[in-house]
Amino acid sequence: MGKYLVLMPSFNEEGNIERIILNIKALLKDIPVVVINDGSSDKTSFIAKRSGATVLDFPFNLGYGVALQAGYKFALEGGYDFVVQIDADGQHNVEDIKRLTQEIKNDSADIVIGSRFLGSTVYKMDLIRRIGVLLFGWIVTVCIKQKITDCTSGFQAINRRALEFYCQDIFPSDFPDADIIILSHFAGLRIKEVPVVMHKSPPEKQQMHSGLTKLYYIFKMFLSITVTLLSEKPKRISNGGGLNVS
Amino acid sequence: MFLKQKIFAIITVVLVIFIIFELVRRKKMREEYSWLWMVTGISIGVLVVWYDLLVFITRLIGAVLPTTTLFIFAILFLMIISIHFSLKISSLTNQMIKLTQELAILKSKIEKKEY
Repeated sequence: MGKYLVLMPSFNEEGNIERIILNIKALLKDIPVVVINDGSSDKTSFIAKRSGATVLDFPFNLGYGVALQAGYKFALEGGYDFVVQIDADGQHNVEDIKRLTQEIKNDSADIVIGSRFLGSTVYKMDLIRRIGVLLFGWIVTVCIKQKITDCTSGFQAINRRALEFYCQDIFPSDFPDADIIILSHFAGLRIKEVPVVMHKSPPEKQQMHSGLTKLYYIFKMFLSITVTLLSEKPKRISNGGGLNVS
Repeated sequence: MFLKQKIFAIITVVLVIFIIFELVRRKKMREEYSWLWMVTGISIGVLVVWYDLLVFITRLIGAVLPTTTLFIFAILFLMIISIHFSLKISSLTNQMIKLTQELAILKSKIEKKEY
């Protein structure tokens, strides 16, 4: 079986992290869980270590993308074949990890995105967020000529080819969403969505993505997509003779 | 341009150049950050002293008063300096990100070995 680990970027998640780590450990016995503590001011790091996770501690908050990329670098250096990334707020269903890893093991894609909109369950979100997800999903769909329903999903599995690509400087330090999907497509990486169950974000996280952050997100994403489309396309990543997974 | 205006402009320019030079001499400012300030100061100084050039540029850009030209150039140089700093800050941020990621990975490896 391919060697993989579970990445969990976290910022002030002392209330949820233990339960999620223990759930993952119960489901995937020997799979390492790596928590990237993005400068939390609470006991996230201590609790994660106590729960049996490897913790990459940032001395200060650097953003979701930077935390994720540190995890990718850790996985690449450790010789892992692929990684699964999951949010630390309990929004994602741990049981769905196997659904993502199966696609990577089958080598049916380089990046597998867990989509909350593909399954039969209805995910409730406020109107503005829903419009944003639909709009950017539509932009990505047009740009890569492939239907993408949930470009903002942080629940993903990515193989070594994609890991190598994501460890470069091009990886966005904040909100690695629609822009990185388009860039990955141009680099020749195969993208696939699978249905997953997602729970509603906790209220404190919804507050974090409100007001000016929403406006900055829209501005950043439009600028980033425009720059991606106008720039020279990234060097296509070769297939490299498949993955070391079975 | 009135003599008073000229004297004030020259004093300001000399003061800016002197302060920048002193900061570099005392190793408080790196040479790479001083050159844009020096160029700004010297350029404004040349425009103040060489009045005909200032008048020529004033006509060229369609300004009415030579003092307006001086202000426009001062603002222009400040904008260039700000863009230069934005570039430097971006570059420093990228370096800081890489260092922090490396530090976090190395620290976790050390902790794993210790326990």
